[in-house]
Amino acid sequence: MPAVQVRGEVLSVKQTGAYLAMTLVASGIAEQTRPGQFVALAVSGDDGSMLLRRAFSIHQVASRGVYGGTIEFIFSVSGKGTAWLAGRHPHDPVDVVGPLGRPFALPKDPANCVLVGGGYGAAPLFMLADALRKRGCRVDFVLGAANADRLFGALDAKRMAATVAFTTDDGSYGEEGRVSDVLPGVIDRVRADVVYACGPMAMLEAVYAVSAEAYGGAGIPTQVAVEESMACGIGVCMTCVLPVIGDDGQTRMVRSCVEGPVFAGDRIRWDALGTVPADTVGAIAAGATTAAR
Amino acid sequence: MPDVVLRTTGADSPDVEVDMSTTLGSLDVPDPVFTASGCAAAGLELAPFNDLTAIGGVVTKSIQLAARSGRPTPRMAETPSGMLNSIGLQGPGIDVFLDRDRPWLEEQGVRAVVSIAGGSVDEFAKLAGKLRGQPVALIEVNISCPNVEDRGQVFACDPNAAAAVIQAVRRTAPSQVPVFAKLSPDVTDIVSIARACVGAGADGLSLINTTLGMVIDPETMRPTLAGVTGGLSGPAIRPLALRCVWQVHAALPDTPLMGIGGIRSGTDALEFILAGASAVQVGTVIFNDPSAPTRISHELRAALAARGIARLRDVIGLAHRPPQLRVPETPDPPGDEPVIPDTAVVDRSGHVVTFEDAP
Repeated sequence: MPAVQVRGEVLSVKQTGAYLAMTLVASGIAEQTRPGQFVALAVSGDDGSMLLRRAFSIHQVASRGVYGGTIEFIFSVSGKGTAWLAGRHPHDPVDVVGPLGRPFALPKDPANCVLVGGGYGAAPLFMLADALRKRGCRVDFVLGAANADRLFGALDAKRMAATVAFTTDDGSYGEEGRVSDVLPGVIDRVRADVVYACGPMAMLEAVYAVSAEAYGGAGIPTQVAVEESMACGIGVCMTCVLPVIGDDGQTRMVRSCVEGPVFAGDRIRWDALGTVPADTVGAIAAGATTAAR
Repeated sequence: MPDVVLRTTGADSPDVEVDMSTTLGSLDVPDPVFTASGCAAAGLELAPFNDLTAIGGVVTKSIQLAARSGRPTPRMAETPSGMLNSIGLQGPGIDVFLDRDRPWLEEQGVRAVVSIAGGSVDEFAKLAGKLRGQPVALIEVNISCPNVEDRGQVFACDPNAAAAVIQAVRRTAPSQVPVFAKLSPDVTDIVSIARACVGAGADGLSLINTTLGMVIDPETMRPTLAGVTGGLSGPAIRPLALRCVWQVHAALPDTPLMGIGGIRSGTDALEFILAGASAVQVGTVIFNDPSAPTRISHELRAALAARGIARLRDVIGLAHRPPQLRVPETPDPPGDEPVIPDTAVVDRSGHVVTFEDAP
């Protein structure tokens, strides 16, 4: 089923730690959402001055119940668009497109899975944990944040996972440090087969680096859900691109909304994020005249 | 100018059957709403949200001879009622387009307007030649490209360079397919560019491309876009776009125009039709509302119906008609008849506005 555009209705906006959780009635989206997919929301109303859609990973869905299909996503106020969202009240309309993007790929056979989340970037990992456990996978979490307030989903993680390791930059909860500091120990301890990660790009890069060096350099597969700013979420604006290596070994500037947001960690040109590497298909030679609008 | 009896705006007459068909050179289309280049890829991504066969057509993202990676990120910045983009014409090149996207458009029955972009007159000519034998509804020539043979001077900013491109494209393009030049508003006199393109054989004009802008991030204190400047689009540029359509239609009333720039609603589209556009393209609004092409087509139809207008064609350029003397709807006060001079206009509230020369 393709993505749908629906006029969602706000069910609730609740504080959760340092973040906000918005639940929307958005029928047609909840029913077909898979872990790692996202929604793109219009902000500022039908005649508002903010035209670009805001993309949010889907945290939870409920396809049945009194309200029909509901979706929940986590956000924090970081600009005018998210401030507008934070000011919505129950029953307010919000235009939603979703579910969008490629979901996390699940192992065919039961496997030991480590799920790594940074801040509220961890939001989509709980649906993923559910899906993995249903397949008989072992799930262990590593959750990190700047401080205890900004850890997201600690209770859910404890409930769902075999073990949870917490890190905070300031040591206010769990170990002081980054998720990538404790990840090597977790991978070894649980004999991990695959790592899933979602959070800021710098964290994803560090997680990938650890996973690639696991088991004495043999490495284990990593799937990361990237965060790139988007204007549309549906693949037409070409703004959310990053350099990704294709099946043919060639690097292309790839749209994270339709070809991601989940990528295999070894396909991303981590060293070249924010640039167009010189060996990218169609890269303009340095010094050449740049293209038009 | 067609003789149209206008009903009062807002009258309830949604039942009026409206003929939405329009003509762009030799191309007849049943609907005047197209997607704008660079805002719909090659159509596929918008199919879940629109019946693309019901609108006028899809204008593809500009196609070049070779694949191009585009610019680094950040490529986009939101601005009040608009956005800046600096994509750098990322695309797979015309051969991949013809192999992969063109067949899909044909299978779906979508009218395809192929936008082409080149760095030299020769590249434009080659691109147009590759469209021979292809089911293309119209060719839109994106001349807002730097001319690599002229220190990166943008073709659209020089009448001679613009004309050279159009002449070359018209020569190699399939003869039955209309060729439209898409003009940049970043010029001193858009009418002179328009005249040069039409003189060189353009069958029509698309007005307007984005206008160059920039944003500086107050935190980093550097330009927000990796490309420093970007094209401004969205409702923020609508009055500018409308002015361009108005001026060009006034100068070249027989040249079909596609109106583009910040169209967000059916009444926005109507403004462009009234200014002289035979059709419109909707672009940035698609990012906000992926079903906007369909919605705007419906809204435009309703807006025409509400005004008692049975044919879209009847109102193309209608806003250019001279101001008419209107009889005040309120009864005249007793006494002498008001003397209204020939050059006067009576506005809706009955005030007499007198001009020294009739506008």
